[in-house]
Amino acid sequence: MEITRPAVAGTLESSDCQVTVEPGEGAVEFHLESAVINQFGNQIKKVVMETLKNLEVDNVKLTMVDKGALDCTIKARVEGAIFRSACQIENLPWGGAIK
Amino acid sequence: MMNANKKRLRRTMMFLNAQKPSLIKDPYIYKPDSIMLDLEDAVAENQKDAARFSLYHALQEIDYRGCERVVRINGLDSPYWKEDIRCSVAGGCDAIRIPKTERAEDVKLVEAEVIAAEKEFNIPEGRTLIMAAIESARGVMRSLDICESSERLFGIALSGGDYTKDLQTHITGTGLELMGARQNMIIAARAAGVQCFDTVYTNLDDMEGFRKDVETIHLMGFDGKSIINPRQISIVHEIFTPSQKDIIFAEKVVKEIDEKKALGIGVFTVDGKMIDIAFYDGAKRTIDLAKASGVYKGDL
Amino acid sequence: MINAVGRDIPEEILQITGKEVFQGNHYRDGYTYKKDGPMTKCVVNNTDSKLVENIHEVLVKCGIKDGMTLGFHHHFREGDYIVNMVMEEVHKMGIKDITICASSLGKAHDPIVPYIEDGTITNIQSSGVRGKIGQAISEGKLKGLAIMRSHGGRVRAIESGETRIDIAFIGAPTCDDYGNCRGIGGKSDCGVLSYAMVDGDYADKVVAITDCLVPFPNFPAHISMTKVDYVVVVDAIGDPKKIATGAAKPTTDMRKLMMADYCTQFVVNTPYFKDGFSYQTGVGGASIASTISLAKIMKERNIRMRFGVGGLTKPMCDLLINGQVDCLLDTQDFDLAAVESVKNLKHFRISAGEYADPFNKGAVVNKLDFVILAALEVDVNFNCNVVVGSDGVITGAQGGHPDTAAGAKCTIVIAPLLQGRIPAICSEVTTVTTPGESIDVVITDYGIAINPKRQDLIECMKDVDLPFKTIEELRDIAYSIVGEPEKVQFTDKVVGIIEARDGTIMDVVRQIKPFDFADAEETEA
Repeated sequence: MEITRPAVAGTLESSDCQVTVEPGEGAVEFHLESAVINQFGNQIKKVVMETLKNLEVDNVKLTMVDKGALDCTIKARVEGAIFRSACQIENLPWGGAIK
Repeated sequence: MMNANKKRLRRTMMFLNAQKPSLIKDPYIYKPDSIMLDLEDAVAENQKDAARFSLYHALQEIDYRGCERVVRINGLDSPYWKEDIRCSVAGGCDAIRIPKTERAEDVKLVEAEVIAAEKEFNIPEGRTLIMAAIESARGVMRSLDICESSERLFGIALSGGDYTKDLQTHITGTGLELMGARQNMIIAARAAGVQCFDTVYTNLDDMEGFRKDVETIHLMGFDGKSIINPRQISIVHEIFTPSQKDIIFAEKVVKEIDEKKALGIGVFTVDGKMIDIAFYDGAKRTIDLAKASGVYKGDL
Repeated sequence: MINAVGRDIPEEILQITGKEVFQGNHYRDGYTYKKDGPMTKCVVNNTDSKLVENIHEVLVKCGIKDGMTLGFHHHFREGDYIVNMVMEEVHKMGIKDITICASSLGKAHDPIVPYIEDGTITNIQSSGVRGKIGQAISEGKLKGLAIMRSHGGRVRAIESGETRIDIAFIGAPTCDDYGNCRGIGGKSDCGVLSYAMVDGDYADKVVAITDCLVPFPNFPAHISMTKVDYVVVVDAIGDPKKIATGAAKPTTDMRKLMMADYCTQFVVNTPYFKDGFSYQTGVGGASIASTISLAKIMKERNIRMRFGVGGLTKPMCDLLINGQVDCLLDTQDFDLAAVESVKNLKHFRISAGEYADPFNKGAVVNKLDFVILAALEVDVNFNCNVVVGSDGVITGAQGGHPDTAAGAKCTIVIAPLLQGRIPAICSEVTTVTTPGESIDVVITDYGIAINPKRQDLIECMKDVDLPFKTIEELRDIAYSIVGEPEKVQFTDKVVGIIEARDGTIMDVVRQIKPFDFADAEETEA
């Protein structure tokens, strides 16, 4: 998917994370701010990268402010932001690119 | 098609905003029988899209440890409900709750989408059950039609807030304003052989009022209650726990019927009471309730 | 050198401190030593006044100089003004190399961080630190080693002469012109002065600072004029709103209520729960809720508590009012109800030494049946961490945790299994502050684990309907939900030590290292 406009999903509440996507500069650029970065920074990055790969997003600037979200929430917020950016709210690829 | 979960125990169905990670990550520790992940009223209009992703991954990845996972979809008058169903079914939810149900056709519309979604996402046909929330005078008057509308429908639930508005009254705490709907719905549900659930009790500061409310609906024959806070769970479960006297009697009934059936005897007595096969389901239900409440130590 | 809780204490640290590694709770039982004593300047004449104009004057009179050790107490909690007021003056005078020996330091003391950075303060000894001081220490800004020691451990260090306090500053809610201090009354009423009593006994110079000077004699004195050199009157010694808060509303959080209920059920099913038992609990929501539910069962079963210890809050003081406990032994008051309760004749003030010092002839903690505690982390060996946060930064205090845990017959730790994404039950705690041998039971929202060394407790819970699990099972559940956490990355530099009650080294705290993604390092290499 092409990221052509900025979009945000998620909140700064406990156990949630807020993901902002913006058009990239030719690659995936990832910024993470998290209270659990020491324990889970690598895991969070892995989940974000996998989710982007599933959605075939390879040109994006993604900023995440994490408040201790579980992997399932991280995926949901990344997807939420990307589909928002693409303005797609129906016929979503559940079980396909969203997995 | 008969889904074995259709008649499962549902004393407590806890409402949770599907969009709130802190709520949906581990509600099972409070041991409600069912959780109801809400896409409708709890989710703001501009978060309807985001809530689905949160719901889908929760359904897919969180081990709810035996709690039934019901999803409340948006109303059939909204632009969201069809995608809500695709998302819920693909995620593998156990049941769809239809809000504001007014007629049998509402259930049929949802059923058609559920069937299509089960096919699309390779979910075994019939896995996804349906329940209907009744929130209006019209809905109450058509309860029996609604109860008999689909083989997938396991029960109906009263939604008291909207219903009392429709009735031009409000929740009083006395139960007076809900009396007719409760009576109508439980009778319809029993006539159709489905379950019936009572509305939420929203005043968390009045646990005594809540207890009285649950005692009332328990005596009326309801299968369970919608709840909004885990503090309400133990009270409902306590009230729905059968007495030792009832358990002992039910155990005898089940054992006697199993035994006499083999001998071809239809009517007999247990503790001086006339018993026949019609007692069987009720006695079984008592044993199931006793097991779920952790008070049954027998071998049935 | 590996100690009894499996921590490798660097030889260099053993050399610098002259300390031994931790060798078990009872390693120094029967240890014999001569107590230290203060250098005392006698007041024989009947003409001199002890009143001194201001902090500056009193520092001059006390002979403040580089390298001195200053003592402070933390009864004013996050409302304390004393530490900042004194250190600001010390800084102005250009004094360097000060060691602060406080019973605890909190966020209220953030303003002293610049004095750490400029070398005014080079050593800190405290039960713990929070806020910016913790951050500064963890970033390696303190020149010397921070020493974290328990309330009992602080008394031990001072009485044995390991730490010699040159000048102690005692914030006194009321004081007379001859130095009789009381924790009761005035604007900054904190109830008791327990932690400051050892300072009064052992510091060479003792300065009482008050904002409520009362006529002589301010009796019965909590700290006597016989120990006080000077009295300074200031506008305010603390912020009353932050000293003792209104009693916390009982929690309505079901998770906490559930853990409280598990705790109460556990307590009442032990053999220690009988008429005349003793009990201490903390200030967390679950602890308070369990005190309330325990009171109910005590009433139903007609069981009385002989004594309660604290760190007191309203629910404990209610037991006294309702005649469910014979007496309370008090070292600190957390809410206004507890401060008020101090006036009750059966509410006794005790010193930190009486409370918890392992190096005297027996402390109150040794007589405890139950203590209910919290923890940031507990590992599968039941070791607890109450000091270092999940980001590796020092952010908590030992308080009486190691003391009560070691003393009580049944030590219960309550912790929700997950704090956000951080598992409270883990394979290895970041830092050991209380050894697993002291911990008998861990209660979480996902289940309860009894320390396998307590087969007697396991036996008596055999038929009790509670969700018992092994500690490894609890950890596995946590990891299955959040994933297995990686360890916090530290540099090799040791910035602080966690001292065991007896002065041996339980663990060290290292300087934090900024996080780097694993693959980022690969590309650099």
